[in-house]
Amino acid sequence: MAIRSFFVPFLLLVLWFYSSLSPVLSLYEDQVGLMDWHQQYIGKVKQAVFSTQKTGRRRVIVSTEENVIASLDLRHGEIFWRHLLGSNDVIDGIDIGLGKYVITLSSGGSILRSWNLPDGQMVWESFLQGPKHSKSLLLLPTNLKIEKDNVIVVFSNDRLHAVSCIDGEVLWKKDFETESFETQQVIQPPGSDLIYVVGFAASSQFEMYQINARNGELLKHESAIFSSGFLRELSLVSSETVVALDSTGSILLTISFQNGEISFQQTPISNIVEDSSGPAVIIPSSVPGIFAIKINSVTIFIRVIGKGKLEVVEKLNQETAVSNALPISESQQAFALVQHAGSEIHLVAKLAHDWDANLLKESIKMDQQRGIPHKVFINNYIRTDRSHGFRLLIVMEDHSLLLLQQGAIVWSREDGLASIIDVTASELPVERDGVSVAKVEHNLFEWLKGHMLKLKGTLMLASPEDVAAIQSMRLKSSEKSKMARDHNGFRKLLIVLTRAGKLFALHTGDGHIVWSHLLHKSEACQSPVGLNLYQWQVPHHHALDENPSVLVISRCGPSSDAPGVLSFVDTYTGKELNSLSLDHAVVQVIPLPHTDSTEQRLHLLIDSDKHAHLYPKTSEALGIFKREFSNIYWYSVEDHNSIIKGHALKCKCTGEVADEFCFDARDLWSVVFPSESEKITATVTRKLNEMVHTQAKVMADQDVMYKYISRNLLFVATVAPKGSGEIGSVTPEESWLVAYLIDIVTGRILYRVTHHGAQGPVHAVFSENWVVYHFFNLRAHRYEMSVIEIYDQSRADNKDVWKLVLGKHNLTSRISLFSRPEVITKSQSYFFTHSVKAIAVTSTAKGITSKQLLIGTIGDQVLALDKRFLDPRRSVNPTQAEKEEGIIPLTDSLPIIPQSYVTHALRVEGLRGIITVPAKLESTTLVFAHGVDLFFTQLAPSRTYDSLTEDFSYALLLITIVALVAAIFVTWRLSERKELQDKWR
Amino acid sequence: MKSVKIIVPFLLTFSLLSFSSCGFQSDELLVDDEEFGLEGSPRHRSPETVLTRSPPVTRKRHSDLDSDSKIQFSLDHAFGDSDFSPAGTFSARLKTWSHGGQSLTKLRFSRNSFTDEDKEKFKNLLKSDDFYRIRLPSNVLSPPGRDFVISSVKARCLPREGLDEHFVIHMEGVNVLAVNYGSPGSCPYPRNLKFPAKWSFNSHTVLKNSEQAPRAPVFTEEILGGENAEGEVVQPPERSFWAKYWMYLIPLGLIVMNAVTQAMNMPEEQATGQVPAQGQPSAGAVQRGPSSAARRR
Repeated sequence: MAIRSFFVPFLLLVLWFYSSLSPVLSLYEDQVGLMDWHQQYIGKVKQAVFSTQKTGRRRVIVSTEENVIASLDLRHGEIFWRHLLGSNDVIDGIDIGLGKYVITLSSGGSILRSWNLPDGQMVWESFLQGPKHSKSLLLLPTNLKIEKDNVIVVFSNDRLHAVSCIDGEVLWKKDFETESFETQQVIQPPGSDLIYVVGFAASSQFEMYQINARNGELLKHESAIFSSGFLRELSLVSSETVVALDSTGSILLTISFQNGEISFQQTPISNIVEDSSGPAVIIPSSVPGIFAIKINSVTIFIRVIGKGKLEVVEKLNQETAVSNALPISESQQAFALVQHAGSEIHLVAKLAHDWDANLLKESIKMDQQRGIPHKVFINNYIRTDRSHGFRLLIVMEDHSLLLLQQGAIVWSREDGLASIIDVTASELPVERDGVSVAKVEHNLFEWLKGHMLKLKGTLMLASPEDVAAIQSMRLKSSEKSKMARDHNGFRKLLIVLTRAGKLFALHTGDGHIVWSHLLHKSEACQSPVGLNLYQWQVPHHHALDENPSVLVISRCGPSSDAPGVLSFVDTYTGKELNSLSLDHAVVQVIPLPHTDSTEQRLHLLIDSDKHAHLYPKTSEALGIFKREFSNIYWYSVEDHNSIIKGHALKCKCTGEVADEFCFDARDLWSVVFPSESEKITATVTRKLNEMVHTQAKVMADQDVMYKYISRNLLFVATVAPKGSGEIGSVTPEESWLVAYLIDIVTGRILYRVTHHGAQGPVHAVFSENWVVYHFFNLRAHRYEMSVIEIYDQSRADNKDVWKLVLGKHNLTSRISLFSRPEVITKSQSYFFTHSVKAIAVTSTAKGITSKQLLIGTIGDQVLALDKRFLDPRRSVNPTQAEKEEGIIPLTDSLPIIPQSYVTHALRVEGLRGIITVPAKLESTTLVFAHGVDLFFTQLAPSRTYDSLTEDFSYALLLITIVALVAAIFVTWRLSERKELQDKWR
Repeated sequence: MKSVKIIVPFLLTFSLLSFSSCGFQSDELLVDDEEFGLEGSPRHRSPETVLTRSPPVTRKRHSDLDSDSKIQFSLDHAFGDSDFSPAGTFSARLKTWSHGGQSLTKLRFSRNSFTDEDKEKFKNLLKSDDFYRIRLPSNVLSPPGRDFVISSVKARCLPREGLDEHFVIHMEGVNVLAVNYGSPGSCPYPRNLKFPAKWSFNSHTVLKNSEQAPRAPVFTEEILGGENAEGEVVQPPERSFWAKYWMYLIPLGLIVMNAVTQAMNMPEEQATGQVPAQGQPSAGAVQRGPSSAARRR
């Protein structure tokens, strides 16, 4: 007894020590890549420059709409190096200087950088300022030199600069005095020291400046007026001739400025094209002697012969992309045309001066789901028979990048995945008899060899080569990329919608693309813009033979009140089941918590006139909806005037057409934030499918608190309008942040708190009964994370065990939000080192596992932070009981444990969002982070307590069992023999 | 263990220092910070409410500088989807603080009684379980401000003895951010149809302003800037004998106890006789080991 009394404090101490250890989540080196995958993308290519002159590696330098500069291997399409510039550092032009520097112009023409071509190191950077914003143009003349220095000519911010290619020093600069002068082209005729700058002033004046390229001296300035004005686009047909269109788009103007004399030649389009109707637009190209215009959807190529005479050379009805000209010899220039024709694309390469002869004419079968070609870049090489060969880099409608050579696709990159706008997860089909399991284990020998290797590994007899072989075997395990559901729910399909309007299904095992589907264009809608993805039909139980499907909401056109389009896509096959063109806009989509008999989820679509439309449009759905009619509430946030409104359904639409699926809404409540002091920056709600295991939270002192769990809570953060700019633009006194918890049924403000001296951007995440939000504290000069937890007091007296036993509790009674809520909140703030790009929270199947916050840091990594660190009950000196409960002593800042980066050594460049999907196994959650790169992994916030880890030694268990059985037999025989001997005695 | 012991007093002193600067921060939700009773009853104003968005300085009473003026704003109501009509008036005193902020105090509310027509409308609402809606101007100085602030409640939540209503008006200076309207107590679902016994309103109004967020605790700055750092070093408190030497005492105690139990067992063993079981002699030898060795010396 005495010993026990000694041991009790000792045991408690040990217990406390263990409980205060945070569950560090980290991987061993050989576990990298087992459950996670990482894919690198670059985005839609805007411009491409080939680098094939040297004998070194063939490569192509591209700039993309995601602000990436990348060097790609021309043979395989892999990335040699890549740089992601900031989101406000848009790339305007790229080129290669001196054969070894990549020159980029970005940020509206104000930053010029030079990168080393082989390894992508930055060589120099120079800032170009100018009087006002303008079009920015980058020009690298091949043989223009100033004192042995190669020159880069940059027109940006309404100023012409000549920059040294070696060190980025500005050699000279030249301003243009003319008011409202808009530069269109900067031309450097090869072999001369002149630079022409041409453009428009006012709307009807053509201006030409002739400048000495050596010193920036203005040699000549001419202007001419064309009374009916110009369209703002020029096509360069020779170094001293440009073609423009008049303001009506019906007259072609050939403008030549030979020897500084401007002369116009007018040619009405109807004179040269017989059946032309509608205004024309010039397709920007730079093929000498030829330019292209587009009337409606017909592309017309026109040649300029001699003095302003025009001649139509070809009319193409299909969607066509034209490349820039590529000099292939002293006097010859080639260019390429790509046409889309059904399931094929036609490639043609021609010489600029000879339209009829084709250098190359090929047809390539192309996946229909890639859409039409958007851009083409041409490059040539010398074939083995010394003739010219061409390779084409094409950018398709779905933002994919393909290299074509010798009539085949050499490689392709799915760069549409760099711009994901929405993600949802779908289950895989259940394994059926037809699906073979051991397809990959080809033959018995391989199988035996694999198992021998594994055995060697477990017995620690393996050589380093064997270890490597085992590792690669584990990585290539057929199990994880199988196309069937697994026991633990780790294998799923991630359905992603990209900005190009394409759906991809990615397998969570290894990230391969299972299917892809480009949203259909219909008669009614030529360019659907994908907006959101919703799970439309998730069959389980009785409807298992139906395939699940997703609902894609898209909009027909760029404006927000354009009519919507609904597409229903089967997630197993990627086939579009149905497509609906709506006659109303889609402003808000509300998935309702009801499904019909085929497990189609009911959705309420709110249009721009505040009408609610019910989908699917079946009478069964209407019946279900009618029953819940008076219990449907929603809210709308008017960002621009800082008003939040609550709505409920009123009656059927009172329109001219009777539509029984359309309902009128009415305003129930409104919150009007004072416009001079508050501006909405963030609104967050709980995830609809989040599971909460228990409402009760047991405190250290055997007390119970009840979490206020309501799906109808909205977190709103507002900041001072002055403080909505960048950090540091305001003083702490004039900047503040107000956080609200609003009930969206009644509009009650349950909690409201002001942080003085705080500034956005605000990132927040809402889960169970807590909100965590991240902002900048101007007084402390640090980022801060705050937590608010909200507890229900109306259930607080259910603590008596006898009450529970006798059933005299109100835990099962229905709650009405119209009752006056009795809630208490707890909040606390902590400093946090990083600025944040996104915050998410882990979600598990039953909500038992403790939660981790997933924080997308500024370094494009994902950090897992235990929710226990953001507990408002943390105190400086927690009592012994509180320590046992797992309360961490208060610190002023949140710790960043290097091992808890879930992305370990990888970076998810341009991180935009983090999505968590629960696995079937309670301890595990699937995490998908997307930006320009994609990253997927599995997380177990409280470790895998419900399954054996992968390195569990089954062999040892088996050996132990065998040994025990053997021992039982041996001892049994021994004892029998002994008994026999005893009896003989 | 040792380091914990040293750090704890440090943390304590620093936290005390850091909290003393901002005072005690209650984490209680101040639901009734300006609770007004029934209409006509004496009102009080809680002096603790922070009424304007100013840095949390200790406010002195500038009674000579602060000026008061009376203002009124009206409450409108609507039955279901009908148009709004006047239903009552709020009157309050507008207090202008010396630093420019303005706030409302001493809010009074006078409710117009229902006309017969209103009663009929309200009965219809009760029958159809529809919404009774109210609205306030979003700015009390220049009503209606940018927009009206609307709130609604199912009409069946209001009737008790009379008609009980509860207003929570969220203010921001002279702006009304939101009004939360409902019954003062609970409104259990399913809502039963019940007509009020008498058609008079029992109104409760609460004015609410924003709370101050608790400041994030600052530890490191205190260490750097506090007087403690360069001043006298905080002496670790004198620890008891037990706290210093427990790690030696426990094994010692164990050994002693082990020895005592063996010493007690030995006489019994000798008494139990000379024929021990097969395994016992060796065990006995091991047990007796230390004591016999001691005896030999």
